[in-house]
Amino acid sequence: MNLQAEQKINADLLRPLRHTSFKFYLLVAFLGTIILLGAGSWFYQMSNGLAVAGIKWPIFWAFYITNFVFWIGISHAGTLISAILRLVNATWRRPVTRCAEVITVFALMIGALFPIIHLGRPWLFFWLMPYPNERGLWPNLRSPLAWDFFAISTYLTGSTLFLLLPIIPDFALMRDQMSGWRRKIYSVLALGWQGTTKQWHRLEAAMQIMAIAIVPVAVSVHTIVSFDFSMSPVPMWHSTIFGPYFVVGAIFSGIAALIVAMAILRKVLHLEQYLHPLHFQNLGKLLLLMSLLWGYFTFSERLTTWYGNEPSEMAVFWETQTGSYAPLFWTMVFCNFVIPFPILAIRKLRTITGCVIASSTIVVGMWLERFLIIVPSLATKNLPYTWSYYRPQPVEIMITIATFAAMVLLYTLFSKAVPIISVWELKVGKHEKPVPSAAEEEERELWRVRP
Amino acid sequence: MTHQWGMAVDLDRCTGCEACVTACRVENNVRTAGPEQSARGRSIAWIRVERYYEGEFPDVRVKFRPVMCQQCDAAPCEPVCPTYASHHTEEGLNAQVYNRCIGTRYCANACSYNVRFFNFGNPVWERPLELRLNPDVSVREVGVVEKCTFCVQRINAGKEQAKLESRELKDGEIQPACVQSCPTSALVFGDLNDPESAVSRLSRSPRGTKLLEEIGTKPKVTYLLKGF
Repeated sequence: MNLQAEQKINADLLRPLRHTSFKFYLLVAFLGTIILLGAGSWFYQMSNGLAVAGIKWPIFWAFYITNFVFWIGISHAGTLISAILRLVNATWRRPVTRCAEVITVFALMIGALFPIIHLGRPWLFFWLMPYPNERGLWPNLRSPLAWDFFAISTYLTGSTLFLLLPIIPDFALMRDQMSGWRRKIYSVLALGWQGTTKQWHRLEAAMQIMAIAIVPVAVSVHTIVSFDFSMSPVPMWHSTIFGPYFVVGAIFSGIAALIVAMAILRKVLHLEQYLHPLHFQNLGKLLLLMSLLWGYFTFSERLTTWYGNEPSEMAVFWETQTGSYAPLFWTMVFCNFVIPFPILAIRKLRTITGCVIASSTIVVGMWLERFLIIVPSLATKNLPYTWSYYRPQPVEIMITIATFAAMVLLYTLFSKAVPIISVWELKVGKHEKPVPSAAEEEERELWRVRP
Repeated sequence: MTHQWGMAVDLDRCTGCEACVTACRVENNVRTAGPEQSARGRSIAWIRVERYYEGEFPDVRVKFRPVMCQQCDAAPCEPVCPTYASHHTEEGLNAQVYNRCIGTRYCANACSYNVRFFNFGNPVWERPLELRLNPDVSVREVGVVEKCTFCVQRINAGKEQAKLESRELKDGEIQPACVQSCPTSALVFGDLNDPESAVSRLSRSPRGTKLLEEIGTKPKVTYLLKGF
């Protein structure tokens, strides 16, 4: 590609780093306020005990664990898009990979907060770590919570590496393009990158290794999170389907979150030339596939439960199908399947707007799915005398909202410091095969031979 | 031979008076929740009397079932605790070590009998009630899980006394607070490893069943019921 094209790419993708409008500060202030309120709620909870939350006997896990599973699920966006698409060499992934990898890292960090928030004595959370201590005890490695600790820390380490490695050439670019204090910081972060052939080979090799390694880690992480539930004899938790069910649900919600993030970035940072309808189309097709898979797993689990007709399980089953949780259940089915399916299946509707609508409903639906796995089972356990109901309290709601604000804030700050589309990867992509522009795509459509 | 502590509950004798519930709460320093917190599901009762109603007025029949920790031999609460706060002792008890508990509440969720309780707040004793706390039992702080221990402090005291006097424990010598206070002797406690003890004989009774036996938790409490 010629110098002019390259300079245009640099200018477009580095613009957010160079120019900051007042809207940015306004957004940061707004999100910061929400996060402060959330932090305040958490401190209030820590000083007064979990009595201020809505959990009770026998529903001991509710909003916080829902959020934990939800955010760890969202974190599967980066792995699928980046790692798997890298491995199968799908060229359309190039502008999308960093957006996805950023979601993973931040969603993991937020998700990992919740096991601490929901503890009765959160100041002792570090007892989950294996270090030589005065109690003479290692963590109980038979507990799925101990597995959670190792799985999530491994995944967080891996995803951070996976994110940071391909940013190095871009750090070098920014070091070369900028001046003053910015130049100093980017010089340190660029780790001495000069763009020699040897360095490129090393980078490609490292990313190949990370891409291969991160896929089984991601699959095992959400399987292990599902083991938190399936390893206990609670009715409708003790199901063998939970491992694959959770992984599918995670990838499902992850892609949906990615589409929403990309659409917002495209609008706010004026990236219309880089994030094409084609990207949303392809992600939309993946989302359709995951929606079908999710629907299949849900139907499969419910059918076998119903057919098996085991009394404790049927009590939970009917609570969600026709009882007090039915409104939430059917909303979830609507949001995860009924609305997205036609939008994503019919090509005419699979536009950027269509994908965003489908993705938004899916994010809501998947949050509800996590809630409906956890709470109805605990509220309707084996002994009918113990059946109860759950009402969330302001503390839980505020902390939930604050984590969504935290995600958006972290993302905003990141895109201010690092180009959200990988500059060098985009340029490499332009060398091998151009991503068709909207006009070119339309023309291709006209000439496509239909059977 | 080591002891294996077990209990028998005779449902044909239980009148639902809840003397056991009161005695347990006094013996084990169980905190009161107050009316507002109780309505929000935070009250703690290491032993509770479940009531099930049958029929319409005036032919209503009430069935009472005292439920306490079943000290399961295959307890679902034990493998899931990440800090070993819930573990099995040699004498067959499921021990809860308050100091190790960080309050994940996984054990409370895993327990099929819902006999585990969480301290949602620090205990507050209205003066002068703090003077009547049992010095043999620790007071639990906010954020830890607690449950029935078969009055392990009384078991230990009984064993020590027998050792001091260089003799064997007699059957019926150790009585948890609930067993001691039951007016109809519906609750029986003893050593399941002693085939002659009352609880052993009752556990072999044709009237006996175990609660939620099909789950496979191997509970050590036998419920005796001939039916009404």
